[in-house]
Parts: sequence; C-alpha cells; structure tokens
Amino acid sequence: MSMLTLKRGATADDLTPRGPRESLISRGAAMLIMGVFTLYFLTPIWWLFIASTKDRGDLLTTAPLWFADWNLFENIGDLISYDGGIYLRWILNSLGYAGLGALLATVFAGMCGYALAKYRFPGRELFFNVVLGGVLVPATALALPLFLLFSQVNLTNTFWAVLLPSIVSPFGVYLTRIFASASVPDELIEAGRLDGAGEVRTFFTISVRLMTPALITVFLFQFVTIWNNFFLPLIMLRSQELFPITYGLFAWNTQLNQIPELRTYVLVGSFLSIIPLIIAFLMLQRFWQSGLGNGSVK
Amino acid sequence: MTATELLVTESGRGRKQPGRRFTPHKGAITFFAGPFGVLFLLFYLIPIGYAIYQSLLVVEREGTYGQPQQVFGGFTQYANVFANAPFWESVGRVLLFGVVQVPVMLGLALLFALLLDSPVLKGKKFFRLAFFAPYAVPGVIAAIMWGFLYSPNLSPFTDVTRSIDFLSPEMVLWSIANVVTWVFVGYNMLIIYSALLAIPAEVYEAARLDGAGQIRIAWSIKIPMVAPALVLTTVFSIIGTFQLLAEPQVFRSFSAAVSSTFTPNMTIYATNSIPNTNLAAAFSVVLALATFILSFTFLKISQRKAEQ
Repeated sequence: MSMLTLKRGATADDLTPRGPRESLISRGAAMLIMGVFTLYFLTPIWWLFIASTKDRGDLLTTAPLWFADWNLFENIGDLISYDGGIYLRWILNSLGYAGLGALLATVFAGMCGYALAKYRFPGRELFFNVVLGGVLVPATALALPLFLLFSQVNLTNTFWAVLLPSIVSPFGVYLTRIFASASVPDELIEAGRLDGAGEVRTFFTISVRLMTPALITVFLFQFVTIWNNFFLPLIMLRSQELFPITYGLFAWNTQLNQIPELRTYVLVGSFLSIIPLIIAFLMLQRFWQSGLGNGSVK
Repeated sequence: MTATELLVTESGRGRKQPGRRFTPHKGAITFFAGPFGVLFLLFYLIPIGYAIYQSLLVVEREGTYGQPQQVFGGFTQYANVFANAPFWESVGRVLLFGVVQVPVMLGLALLFALLLDSPVLKGKKFFRLAFFAPYAVPGVIAAIMWGFLYSPNLSPFTDVTRSIDFLSPEMVLWSIANVVTWVFVGYNMLIIYSALLAIPAEVYEAARLDGAGQIRIAWSIKIPMVAPALVLTTVFSIIGTFQLLAEPQVFRSFSAAVSSTFTPNMTIYATNSIPNTNLAAAFSVVLALATFILSFTFLKISQRKAEQ
C-alpha cells in the first residue's frame, strides 16, 4: 500500500484544523531549503557556462551571471587550435583511459563477481575478503608503488601506465557478487547445463542480461573514478600528449600567471569537459540508480 | 533469499561427489575469476608489497661522492616518518577537515534524501538531478572553478569575496571543504535515497496509525533503517578525506597559503619528486594503514551498535 492512499484515507488527521496548515508550512519550508540549495549547486556551473561565452575583456567588466557578447564558438575555436590542438588530444586521452579502462574493469569484475556468487570453491571467502579489503585501500596509496614498479619495466610515461591500473575494480567485484546472487537464479544456470550450454556461454547469453543494472553501475562508477583520477597521471606522465583532460587543464591553470590568455581556455575547456559525463549520467540514470541502491542496502 | 539460495544449491549438488578436494566447474571458475585475480595481484597486492619492501631500504653512499646504493635499513624510514613534522601537520589538517566536513556533508545528504522521500516535496526529479550534477565535475575542474569564484577580481560575488578572503591561511582549508562538499553531497544523497526507497511501505503503517508525523517517522524509522547506507557513505568519505590531493594542489595556484605539504598525499608527491622514494614509500604505507584502520574501526563500531 502506498503512502499516498494512506494519506487520503487518514481523514481524522486531515479534519483537524492543524493538519493542512502544518503541511502547508512544511511544504513551504521544504521547497525553500531545496530552492536555496539548488542555487548553491547550479550557480557555479551556470557561471562557468556564462564565462565560456565571453571574450577576455567582457569576462572582467560585464555582469558575471548573465550573457554579454556571444563568443562561445570563437572561444571554442581558439581553444581547440591552441598549441596544435592539444585540447582535443587530452579529451580523446580521457575518453580512452576512462572508456576502455571502465569497459575492461566491468568485464573482469562482472565475471569474478559472478564466479564468487555462483560457484563454490576452496578459498572463495578468503579471496572475497582480500578483494573487499582492496575497496578500503586508497587508490592514491597505490600510485607511488605502481610508479616505482612501472619505472623498473620502463612503463612510466606511457598510455599503459594510466590504463592498466584502472582496469581493476574491487568495488565492482563486491557489487556484482551481491547482485548476481540476488538476481541470477541457480535454476536458470542449471537449466542451461541440462540444455548442454557451457558455463561460459550461459554467462554471456543469460546471466549478463540479468546483471545489466549492476554492470552499468560498475561501468559508470569506474568511468567516473578514472576520469577524475589525478594522482596516477600526475605521478606517471611527463609528456603532455598523454595527459588526460583534468591534468591538462590543471597544467594550464598553473601557468596562468605567465600566460594570461590561458584563462579563457581554462574556463571554456573546463565547461566543455564536464559535458560528456553529464550526458552519460542522464542517459544511463535509470540503470545506475537501481544499481546504487543494491550496493548500499545489503 | 539466502536460505532459499542455499537450499537450491544444496539440492542441485546431488550428483556431485561430496569429496573435499573435488571442485566442480574448475575450468569455468578459473576462466571467470582468473583474469581479475591476476590483475588484482599485479596492480594491488604486488604494489602494496613493493611499497613495504621499498620503505625498508635506505640509500647509502661510499664516501661523499660514491655511488648511491640501496641497502636494507630496517625501520629507519619509519623513524623518519615519525620525526617528520610537516607530514604529521598534514595528517592533523585532514583529520580536522574530516571531522568537520564529513558530518556536514552527510548531514546535508541525509536531509535532502529525507526531503526527496517525504510527501511534502514537489519536483523531486528536478532536485535530484540538480543536486547530483556537481558529481559530474571532476575534483580538479571543480577546484579550478571555485578558485575563480573565490578570487576577489573574477568572482561574481565581488562584494562577498572582497570582505572575506576565502584564500587566506585561516580560510583556505574550509574553502576546499566547500568544494569537496559541493561535488559529493548529491552522490551521497542518492545512495541514502536509494536505501530509503527500499524500505517497504508497510513499515510506515503502524507509525501512521499511532499518529506519528513525518518528522517522527523520519527520526524513528527512516534514519535507523538507512544506517547501513550512512555507514557506507561515511567509510567512503573517510577514505576520500585521507586521499585529498587534486583540490589543494589546484588551490596552490590561487593561494600562497597552500604549501607543498598541505595534505599527506601532497607530502608523498613532494617527497617522491625530491627524490626520496624510500621515505615516500614509507609515507604511503603509513597513510594506507591509517586509512584502512580508521575505516575498518568505524565499520566495526557501527556493526556493534547495530547488533545492540
């Protein structure tokens, strides 16, 4: 029974003079709180958007939260031609690190979580507990030893230096294990066996479909983690052709005092760089929201 | 669920030998769990082991100009860690940061989640998206953006930024706290909100019949029932606090008040660039242990409370 029907049924409550008035006040208070915080959350993004549409002079002299002359496309043009188009390179790098990394991480974590949920083998719980411990190990604590190890095998300052460590997601294993044991019935796997399908085929044709919400959650989670990762590129990369977008913009930002025209590029570049993630979230919301709940409730 | 699952697997096992050493589907298990296991070993376990190994070495030279050589030094580096004042200052700084920022952020996230879940609010979908949007902004970009917003010349709120110096030594830690809060409130709100949605409606019926109002229901039913989600978000926030790096690193170009050893991770980075890799490795080990112990202790305490 839903809360709505309950509320309608609770006539005794509504008939008292205090009932509706109180709800009017609390309605107003709730809207006020949420309204104020909407401004808090959206004003910075709005400001960034407005700042991206202005030329350098207007940025300092015109109203900061409203449009002046529309220069967005000129700014974008200048941005992507600056320094031989390095900005586009950074965006592609980020998409490569985060897209490929998250995809592989999801496949490996999904397979492992499935195995932990659906098969019994000696050492299973130990294996799972060690991986679970990995969730608590901060990624930045791994960055330095990874750098030391990679420099032994000449892998620092390569694409692999950032990609390889990103394809391991202990949290993904945790989430897919919980999800697989709740949503993939053993009877289904058993039926697949009786029909003569191999374990691997059963996984890729049946189980993966049932695990989709969890897999999309893991993918998005890992995508955001890699996209936002800063320490690993900072410590691994030297040549700016390999930088992800966050590191590139960071590097520009530190040069603002010497090269003031970079300010427009930093602002426009920041604005453009957050669009892909916002689109990804909007497109996949109904999947990751259900997945998010599964991870936290159990 | 677990009980039925257990029954099903047990009954499905009839044709298998109960012998201890025999594991059915060995090939499939290796195929599924093997790749992750190898990667986890390569990029988690071995680096951790290597960091510990490196932290036990010291660099020695024969004479003043001799070749530097790494030799076993026992706990020398750990003695150096404990004698290193800037490192402990940075640890103290993130602890202070966490004690204030984590409760504020999670308190707000809980409040928003409860409002989203209450019948008094309209336009839930809009608020949910608006509050979550900052999560799509990477820490570095958020810090750059807020750095501009704080700076007296560029800020849209010049009246405010000229009277309060957000980038001063006293304020800058809290200015960074605001950036972190801004990015992560919506994310935590959604985790708590998902937990609230999972509470079955029948749970509320008794309370309703007893005449409990929305606030009473929130306090006595909803909050205790989302406790696991609150524990999860707290643990992630503790880990995040100890990892602070991108935001303060960006703020160095806006404020002279942020030193190169402002947070533990910045200290590690600075020490490694000197280069003093062995001391940096010892810092990493201490920091990872501290994070691990703190989040693990918190998990255990909250579990014990839940059992009482």
